[in-house]
Amino acid sequence: MRRRVFEITALIAATALMLTACSPAAPQDEAKTLKVVYQKTDSFSALDNLFQAAKQEFEAANQGVTVALEPIQANDDDYGTKLALALRSPSTAPDVFYEDTFKVRSDVDAGYLLKLDSHLEGWTDWDTFDEGAKAAGLADDGGTYAVPLGTDTRAIWYNKKVLTAAGVSVPWEPRSWQEILDTARKIKASDPSVVPFNMYAGKATGEGTVMQSFYELLYGTGSELYDADAKKWVVGSQGFTDSLAFLKTLYDEQLAVSPAEALDANVWKKVFGEWLPQGKMAATVEGSYTPSFWQKGGSYEWPGYAEDMGVAAFPTQNGQAPGGVSMSGGWTLAVGAGTKEPDLAFGFLATALNRKNSLAFNIASSQIAVRKDVAADSGYQAANPFVKDVSELVAVTHYRPATADYPRISAAVQEATEAVITGAKSPEQAAADYDTAVKGIVGDAKTAAK
Amino acid sequence: MATTTPQRLRTVNRLHPHLRRQARLLPVLPAVLLLLVFLAGPVLWAFHASFTNAALTGRNARSPGWVGLENYQRLITDPVLPLSLVLTVVFVGGSAILGQNLLGLALALLMKRARRPVAAVVGTAVVAAWVLPEIVAAFAAYAYFSRDGTLNQILGGLGFGQPDWLYSFPMVAIMLANIWRGTAFSMLVYRAALDDVPGEVTEAALMDGASGWQRLAYVTIPMIRSSIATNLMLITLQTLAVFTLIWVMTAGGPANASTTLPVLAYQEAFKFGDIGYGTAVASVLILIGLVFGAAYVRLLRGSKG
Repeated sequence: MRRRVFEITALIAATALMLTACSPAAPQDEAKTLKVVYQKTDSFSALDNLFQAAKQEFEAANQGVTVALEPIQANDDDYGTKLALALRSPSTAPDVFYEDTFKVRSDVDAGYLLKLDSHLEGWTDWDTFDEGAKAAGLADDGGTYAVPLGTDTRAIWYNKKVLTAAGVSVPWEPRSWQEILDTARKIKASDPSVVPFNMYAGKATGEGTVMQSFYELLYGTGSELYDADAKKWVVGSQGFTDSLAFLKTLYDEQLAVSPAEALDANVWKKVFGEWLPQGKMAATVEGSYTPSFWQKGGSYEWPGYAEDMGVAAFPTQNGQAPGGVSMSGGWTLAVGAGTKEPDLAFGFLATALNRKNSLAFNIASSQIAVRKDVAADSGYQAANPFVKDVSELVAVTHYRPATADYPRISAAVQEATEAVITGAKSPEQAAADYDTAVKGIVGDAKTAAK
Repeated sequence: MATTTPQRLRTVNRLHPHLRRQARLLPVLPAVLLLLVFLAGPVLWAFHASFTNAALTGRNARSPGWVGLENYQRLITDPVLPLSLVLTVVFVGGSAILGQNLLGLALALLMKRARRPVAAVVGTAVVAAWVLPEIVAAFAAYAYFSRDGTLNQILGGLGFGQPDWLYSFPMVAIMLANIWRGTAFSMLVYRAALDDVPGEVTEAALMDGASGWQRLAYVTIPMIRSSIATNLMLITLQTLAVFTLIWVMTAGGPANASTTLPVLAYQEAFKFGDIGYGTAVASVLILIGLVFGAAYVRLLRGSKG
């Protein structure tokens, strides 16, 4: 009896194997299909709307072409991973995809992106793109591999009502780190239930920790992460330790959220969705896209945000020139290197980024426009009351070093902040461990002590 | 076996004995092939990748190179690895070998004695956690242990303190969750094993004046020894591979306090795109699994002798 069972099992297995071997007969002669991959989350649907519109427009203009939209439901980190996994194999690689600016260079090195120079030559819209923004898609070989959708800056967002209640006059324009601490302590003394000044820390918030917190501090000390001229990573800087010490002060004195809250990957949802609108948080450091959450149709609609909220530049350590610090990133669209239809793929990219679609997307997601015609549009300028303020920060902004090592370095920085706010290490010790980690990642020769 | 031999087997029987044996192996071949393709293949691929600098992005993604033992050398000096090894052993030892195993045995013994409706209710409650898909169970456990979660509401109601479990005691929370999720498997294995223990033997021991504990230690346990070894092997290997539960509950944090080897391997391979190094971590995990497996196989052999 046992043998019978065994034989039947084996037969089933054999059948399954044969079926797998001969099933998928891929339709090859059918209409051309463009596969488009991008990110979509519950709180970020502006991109989905952009691609839906572009798909309609493009399909109408190109008979016989189908645009297959394949949104990936994931946060930034996981989206990057899933996209990279898809790009590894020609059978899963998309034709057009949404690509983080800081990944462009390493993905070009990996051979995932198509060089767009010849296509851009024939695209008149390309002249309307801001020169600085064009650099986002530039690779080491001087070629352009991606076209930016928009850019962003970071600033302090504060609730005027909470500040006024604590006796702080608005508009609030802190000139130094000390002024931030003084104000935060004042707010804390006036109402202990309020979170006075939040800055992200720890690995849970991923790039948010460095882009919306640590780098604002670090680049305001005169130090930097990477010496682009010498092509070396900076280690042993006083600025790094000072930045960690500032975060430690914020968390130790309970001026920011509790460390446990900071290490929850969803903490930013509470910042946007609960604490700021409900007046339980006085200020936080966040991106220029902040109003997109509160606008009509955003994930945390808050009609009063325009009156209640204020925005200020993040100050340098002691108020030294240029007086403010900001970080910029942003996303691009790129064409897969292995696409069978490069012309159609670029055509779709151009449709998605034409004036009409760019304008709608920049407004819906509170992006800083990279097309001059969009930036000059009255609809864009009137989209929210903060467009002007956050756009001006482009003058004092910094970009991340987009090398292949960067993600790991960023993780080492996040780890240092986590060690400090949880009390596991002192700022000096965490900075020293960061230096060791960096040397381990890139090698001694590619680091420089400053 | 049926009295009439089916036609097919009779044909086979007419063949030369040597050929006959091979012909009987033929139907197994596809299954073996499947195992090779889907099990041995990835394992071998992982071993191979761990000797390269393959990456998700950057130059090494285009043309990964052979780096020999470099990844393993790096592994030895990685400060996170010792912590990760200890956490993995604590996790497997605490939640599988002790937690799931002993609790499963205890539940099986209790249910054998309990009245039928009680046994049914307990059985259903325990199996329910096991039936949940891992991701659902993970979210349930997260909701239970989180700061404003069920556990803290109960503790608060009883007037106790409300620690932030996932932050202050991440490993405790994860181990409890894994015990909750996996005990049903051990319980089912032991229930089946206990049913196979002949009543006469236990009765004889009872007549000889053996106490409950003595009967358990000298009669029941030795008789179900092979089930114990099988169960230990399966739950050890299952628990070694647990990823979703930990990833959802703590993502390995805070400050690596719950980064077991699977979490570390995932972080290295996919978060940092360093596939070569990540597979080196995974290879260590496979080796640990092999060591455990070999130990249990020895235990099984011993139980038959």
